Amino acid sequence: MSLLYVDRVMVRFGGVTAVDGVNLLARAGEVTGLIGPNGAGKTTLFNVISGMQEPTGGSVSLDSVDITDLPAHKRAQRGMARTFQRLELFGSLSVRDNIKVAAELAALTNVNAIVDEMIERVGIADIADRPAGDLPTGSARLVEIARALATRPKLLLLDEPASGLDESESERLGDLLRTLAATGLGVLLVEHDMGLVMKVCDVIYVLDLGQIIAHGTPNEIQHDPKVLEAYLGAS
Amino acid sequence: MQQLLTFTIIGLSTGAIYAVVASGLVVTYTTSGIFNLAHGATGMLAAFTYWQLRFDWDVPAPIALFLTLFVLCPLFGALTERVVMRGLQGTTEVVRLSVTVALFAFMIGLANWVWPSDSSREAFLKFFEGNSVSIAGINVSWHRIITFGCAILVAIVLRLLLFRTRMGVAMRAVVDDRNLTELNGGRPDRVSMFAWALSATLAGLAGILLAGEQQLNIEPLVLLVINAYAAAIIGRLKNLPLTFLGAAVLGLLDSYYLAYSDESWFPQSAFGFSLAGIRAAIPTIVLFIALTRPQSRLRAGIVRFREETRVPEWSTSILGAVSLVAVVVAISGMLTRSNTLLLLNGFTMAIVALSLVPLTGYAGQMSLAPLTFAGLGAIAMAKLPGDGNIATFVLAVVIVAVAGGIVALPALRLSGIYLALSTAAFAVLVTKLIFNQKQTFQSGNIAVPILKIPFVEIDSPRGRLILTATAFSLLGLLVVAVRRSRLGRRLIALKDSPAAAATLGMNLTRTKVAAFALSAGIGACAGALAGDKVSPQQYDFTQSLPVVLLAVVGGVGTVGGALFGGLLLGGNSVLASVVPSLKNVSKILPGTIGITLGRNPSGAATQTAEAFRVLKGRWNLLAVVGAGAFVIWALTAADVLSHWTFVVTGVVWFLAVAPNLPLVVDSSSARRATAVVYLAAGLVITAAIDWSTALDVTGQRLIAIVILVAVIGLGAQRIMESGPRVRADSPDVIGLDRDFSGEEIEHAERELRVVIR
Repeated sequence: MSLLYVDRVMVRFGGVTAVDGVNLLARAGEVTGLIGPNGAGKTTLFNVISGMQEPTGGSVSLDSVDITDLPAHKRAQRGMARTFQRLELFGSLSVRDNIKVAAELAALTNVNAIVDEMIERVGIADIADRPAGDLPTGSARLVEIARALATRPKLLLLDEPASGLDESESERLGDLLRTLAATGLGVLLVEHDMGLVMKVCDVIYVLDLGQIIAHGTPNEIQHDPKVLEAYLGAS
Repeated sequence: MQQLLTFTIIGLSTGAIYAVVASGLVVTYTTSGIFNLAHGATGMLAAFTYWQLRFDWDVPAPIALFLTLFVLCPLFGALTERVVMRGLQGTTEVVRLSVTVALFAFMIGLANWVWPSDSSREAFLKFFEGNSVSIAGINVSWHRIITFGCAILVAIVLRLLLFRTRMGVAMRAVVDDRNLTELNGGRPDRVSMFAWALSATLAGLAGILLAGEQQLNIEPLVLLVINAYAAAIIGRLKNLPLTFLGAAVLGLLDSYYLAYSDESWFPQSAFGFSLAGIRAAIPTIVLFIALTRPQSRLRAGIVRFREETRVPEWSTSILGAVSLVAVVVAISGMLTRSNTLLLLNGFTMAIVALSLVPLTGYAGQMSLAPLTFAGLGAIAMAKLPGDGNIATFVLAVVIVAVAGGIVALPALRLSGIYLALSTAAFAVLVTKLIFNQKQTFQSGNIAVPILKIPFVEIDSPRGRLILTATAFSLLGLLVVAVRRSRLGRRLIALKDSPAAAATLGMNLTRTKVAAFALSAGIGACAGALAGDKVSPQQYDFTQSLPVVLLAVVGGVGTVGGALFGGLLLGGNSVLASVVPSLKNVSKILPGTIGITLGRNPSGAATQTAEAFRVLKGRWNLLAVVGAGAFVIWALTAADVLSHWTFVVTGVVWFLAVAPNLPLVVDSSSARRATAVVYLAAGLVITAAIDWSTALDVTGQRLIAIVILVAVIGLGAQRIMESGPRVRADSPDVIGLDRDFSGEEIEHAERELRVVIR
C-alpha cells in the first residue's frame, strides 16, 4: 500500500520545465531515495509534495487521499513533515522551543515528554538550550529532523540531511533512519552522499532534467547504464 | 468634451510627475532592497533648495537647476547611501523601513527648521510663467509641457541607462544577485551609491515640478508621493513601464475627480458617511487594490537576523512592572501639572509602542498604523454606552481587536514592504473616511470618559498618569505572558521561517490574524484610556510614523524597548515645550536617533539590558548597587539632597556607575584606580549640585542627565580601555561555523604566534 503517490507531476517556470511528468511512490516502513545531479528538480519536487509549490499538472496523494489542492499546513496536519536543504530553523528560539513549537502544532498531549524524547532520539541533549540560530550546520540538521519528527508524521521528507555532517554523524543518521523506518514511518530522502543512500534506502528513484530516468533497489541503480550516464556524462 | 480633454491633459501632466517620483523609488528599491519612504521628502528638500537659490539668492534659473539637480541632489543621495543605508545589509525589513521613516522625520524636521512656514515663499514660479500654447483648442501652459517632456526624457534616459551602459548592466546584476556580483568582481556598493544619487535627482526633479504646480509647502509635497508609492507598487517595484502607466492612471483619476465630483450624478455619501475625503483617499484605494495582486508565496531561504532578544523571565518582568508603578506613584507627586501631562502622554505612547511588540517584534509583521487602532479605541470608548465603566472599556477593546483582525485579512497574503504599505494605506483611509467625518468628531474633538474603577476615584492628571502607567505595566506583563506561551513561540516561528512553520502544520493566516488582533487590542487600550478630549489629528497616519520609529529604536522585540520608545517620544515633546531654544533640535531628534539604527538594530533597551547583564549573579556587586541606592534615598529623606538631585544622582548611579562596577573589579589595568576615582568624583559632584535651583526647567535637567550619564559612564570605560573586554565578538574570535572556545583561541594564538584578543 503506498503512503505517498506522486502522479505525473509537472512544474514549469516560464519556459523551463523543472519537473516533467514525475511518477513516484513511497511506502510506509521504507526509506525511499531520490537522487540526481544538481538542478535535476529534486527540491522543486519536494516543494510540490510539501505544498510550497503549486504543480502545473499532475497530482499528489497521501494515504490514497488527493492532497494536490491542500495548503502546506493542512498536509502537515495529515502527517507529512519535511526538512530543508538550506536550513530553516527558528533562529531566535532555543533548540528545545523549536521542537516544542512542532509538537504543539501537531496538537499532541504531553508535549514536554515528546520534546525530551526527540532530543534524546537524535542525540542533541547537549545543545538543547542554545539558541537555534547559533548552531553549526551539522547540529542544525539534526535539530530540523527532531523538529519534523516531533509532529509525529507518517511521512518524513528529508532534503539533503547529511550535508554538513561528518562521517560518524552521517553514520548515526543512517542508523536513525533505519530505526525510524522500522517503526512504520515512510521516509523520502534526497541526498548526495551516495554511501548513505545506498546503505539505507529500500528503493531509489533517479531524477535527471526533471524526469525519472530509473528506479529500483540500490543494487539495480548502481548498475543502471542510464544512471551512470547522467552522473558521469559518459555512455 | 472640451472639459474632458482639459482635465485629461491636467491629469496626464500630474501623472508625469508621479511617474518621475515613482521611477526613483523603483531604482533604489531594485538596487538596494530598501523601499525609501523618505523619497518624497527628498523631493521636498530639493524644491526648497531650488527656491532658496532661484528666488531668495537670485541665481539664474538654469544654474540653480543645475546646482540642485546635478550637484546637490546626487551628493545628498550618495551620502545617504554611504552613511545610512549601507549599514542595513542583512537586517530585517522592519529595521530597513524604520530607517527610512527616520530619514523622513529628519528631513521634515530640517525643512521646518531652515524654512519655517512663511507665505512669501508661495510665490514659487512655474517655468515660463504665463506662457502657454494652444493644443486642439485648449490652452496648455509651458510648465505642463515641460513636465510632460521631463517624464518622457526620464523614461528614455532610464531605458538607455539600464540596457545600454555598463553601469546599467551592473545595476541589473546587483538586483539579480548581490553576492554573486561581488564574487565576479562587481562593486555593488558603488552601484547602490550611484542608484541613490540618481534616485535623489529624480525626486528633486519631481519636487521642483510639483512645487510649481502646487505651492511650496512641506506637507503636500511630502504626502503627494503616496501617489508615487501606489504607481511604484502597480509596477511591482520592478517594472518601469508599468510604473509609468500606473502613474498616468492615478493622475487621470485625480484630475477627473476634480472635474466631475460636483456633478449631480456623483455620489456624495455612502452608508451615511460623507465622501468628501475621497479625493485624498484615491491613491490609497488604488494602493489597496494594487496590493491584493502580489501573493507572497511560501519561500524557503532564512533571513539571518542581527537583532537578538531573550525570553523574558517572570521574576524580572514582575519586579520591573511593580517598580515602574512604584516609581511613577513616587515621582508623580513632585511633578507640575504640565509635566504630569507630558509624562502621561509618554506612557500613552508607550502603550501604543507596546502594541507593536507582539506584532512587529515577535511575529515580524510591520505595521505603520498603530495609532489608528488607538484612535478607534478612543472613539469606541466615547460612543459606547456606559460612560466609561469597565464593561464599556472591555467592549471597546474587544471591538477594535476584532476589527484589527478583520482588517488584517486582505493584508495577510502580503509580507514585508507590501504589508507595511497596506497598513499605511489602511491608516490613511481610516483617517480620511472615519476620523475626518463630522459625525465622528463633532466640533473637532470628542470627550473620552475616564475609566471608572470601583472604589477609586480618578479625576486628576496625576490619577490618570498612575492609571496609564499601571495599564502599561499590566499590558507589558500580558505581552510577556504571550511571549512565554504557545502563541508567542508560534509568532516567533512565523517571523523566523514561515516556510518551516507552514510545513510543520501552522495556519499562517490564523496566526497573523491573532497577532493583528492582539496588537489592535493593546493599541485600543491606549485610546480608550485617554480620559480627556481627543482630536483626530492625534491619531493621524503621520503621527504613527514616529511611534513606529521610536518603538524600533527602543527595541521592538521587548517590553522595555516599548517603554523606552514611548517615553522618548514624550520626552521629546518635553524638550520642545520647555526649552524653546531647543525646539529645532527636538524636531530632528527622533529622525537622528532612528538613523543610527543601522549600527544598532536590536534597539537601545536591549543594549542597556546587555550592559546590566554583566552584573547578573554577582551578588556582592548587586549589594553594592543596592546599598548605594539606599544611601542616595536616605540622604534625600534626610533633606540633604533635593528631589531633583535625588533623580539626577539616582539615574547617574544606575546608568553610569553600576554597569561599570564589574569592569572596575575585573580589570587588571593599572588605571583602574583612576577609573574608580573618576566615577566617585563624578557621582559626588552630581550629588553636590542642587539641581532644583541650578537648572530651572525640566527639559534642561533631562539633557543634563543624558550628558552626565554619557560623560561619567563612557569616560570611565575610556580610562580602562586597556583592560579586558566583557565580550569581544570580532570575526577573528568567531570560528567558521561556531564560536571558538577559550582553549581553541589560546591554541591558535600559540600556533600562529599572534594575539587574537
